[in-house]
Amino acid sequence: MYSAKVMEHFSNPRNVGVMENFSGVGTVGNPVCGDIMKIFIKVEENKISDIKFQTFGCGAAIATSSMVTELAKGKTIEEALKLTNLAVAEALDGLPPVKMHCSNLAADALKAAIVDYLLKNGLPTDGIELDKQCCHHGCCGG
Amino acid sequence: MKEVYFDNAATTKILPTIADEMYKALLDCYGNPSGIYKLGQQAKKIIDGARTEVALLLNASPEEIVFTGGGSEGDTMVLIGAARAQAKKGRHIITTAVEHHAVLHACEALEKEGFRVTYLPVDEFGMVGAQAVEAAIAEDTILISVMYANNEIGTIMPVKEIGEIARKHGVLFHTDAVQAVGHVPIDVKEENIDLLTLTAHKFHGPKGTGAVYIRKGIRLANLIYGGGQEKGRRAGTENTTGILGLGLASAHARQHMQENSERIRKLRDKLISGIEEKISEVRLNGHREQRLPNNANFSIDYIEGEGLLLLLDMAGIAASSGSACTSGSLDPSHVLLAIGLPHETAHGSLRLTLSEFTTEDDIDYLLEKLPPIVARLRSMSPLYSEKYN
Repeated sequence: MYSAKVMEHFSNPRNVGVMENFSGVGTVGNPVCGDIMKIFIKVEENKISDIKFQTFGCGAAIATSSMVTELAKGKTIEEALKLTNLAVAEALDGLPPVKMHCSNLAADALKAAIVDYLLKNGLPTDGIELDKQCCHHGCCGG
Repeated sequence: MKEVYFDNAATTKILPTIADEMYKALLDCYGNPSGIYKLGQQAKKIIDGARTEVALLLNASPEEIVFTGGGSEGDTMVLIGAARAQAKKGRHIITTAVEHHAVLHACEALEKEGFRVTYLPVDEFGMVGAQAVEAAIAEDTILISVMYANNEIGTIMPVKEIGEIARKHGVLFHTDAVQAVGHVPIDVKEENIDLLTLTAHKFHGPKGTGAVYIRKGIRLANLIYGGGQEKGRRAGTENTTGILGLGLASAHARQHMQENSERIRKLRDKLISGIEEKISEVRLNGHREQRLPNNANFSIDYIEGEGLLLLLDMAGIAASSGSACTSGSLDPSHVLLAIGLPHETAHGSLRLTLSEFTTEDDIDYLLEKLPPIVARLRSMSPLYSEKYN
């Protein structure tokens, strides 16, 4: 069902946890849908120097969260904003089709954390579009 | 690594003795049971013997047993067949919100044919009351279908009382007993059952063979067109091997059900109390007493079922969940929602179902492996840390 890489990230997730002094935090998903992702970032000199995540969700939700933290760590804000849910899925050697919608929100959570950081610091957020903070299939009415 | 199987409500391991007999019959008894030559009559004899065994298990007569291709076929055959055969008499059907999809989807198909279906709600234990069934009966009610025991939470319905009410009002009563047959004693006469569905693979028989009990005198419209097998009630050359397996499983159940279910119930109770003791914020779903002896179903707060199943599988434990991710749809189990669980709680359910092959070692192993897996998933869950930090 899942690729070896998904299973590897699910079994040994990177950067799990809560961050005390974060620069930004973002949450996407909804308990009704069965997936919630929360990402904390620490930004130093415009780079993501540290990142942590917490996820309530299936194997794919945990693996994509873990993967996005690996991809984003050390990147500049501009580079990190270019990460997409699709890129995260590809880095995991793909996800089952049914999971592409509901459990592949990690890049959205990262984006939400970056916007939180930008807003807190009075920086422009022009051109950054946040996906609706909910699952993409509308089961939660979002 | 240790391999432990806790998904017996999904399917059971076939008894090795049954598999051996089936293998021999597959090779040697290949004749068409409709043939008048020895090879055909030998196959017919196997089928007749199995029919008697199934009948004995239910206290039915052999001629009231029709072999099918399994539970879903049986439910579809009965629902569609009974509705169509009585369409002139009435167009109202009563069932419950927690039936198996074989019943629910057959009802939806009947709605498209112009039948009206009442889906009765259940209480927090998954139970429907006989009075609620009676209150739902209308002038044109032609069929009541209430499952014997629920496949997810194991709740046993008040079948005898519902059957009594159905009979009083002259309405046919069907029970989907797929999860119950071979696990609890069933007497179709005593329990006022007109129609009943069962399948072999839920009690150590083979997959792909089941039966329906059709009380003498009841006519169903046919679903499958073809030859006159099963007295014209189910066309198609008989699956002699599968039917043999079903008969052997029925005989085994009849002889050993009582001792096995007592032992299984004790193990299951140990499992329930062990989990309630070792894991905080768990809830047993279903009824504490009126439940199948082999079923345990829990909601474990703050975690999602699929991740739990994957980690259990890595520890060699096979189990199942009502989470959306494992149901193949986007919504969690309709049964867990019907007993009033919120979506997020329904996503975190764990069903553990035992069989006569389950050992005390298996229970101890699960009780050792499950708590750290739950703790690990909770440590990753934002819902848990929001509550406790």
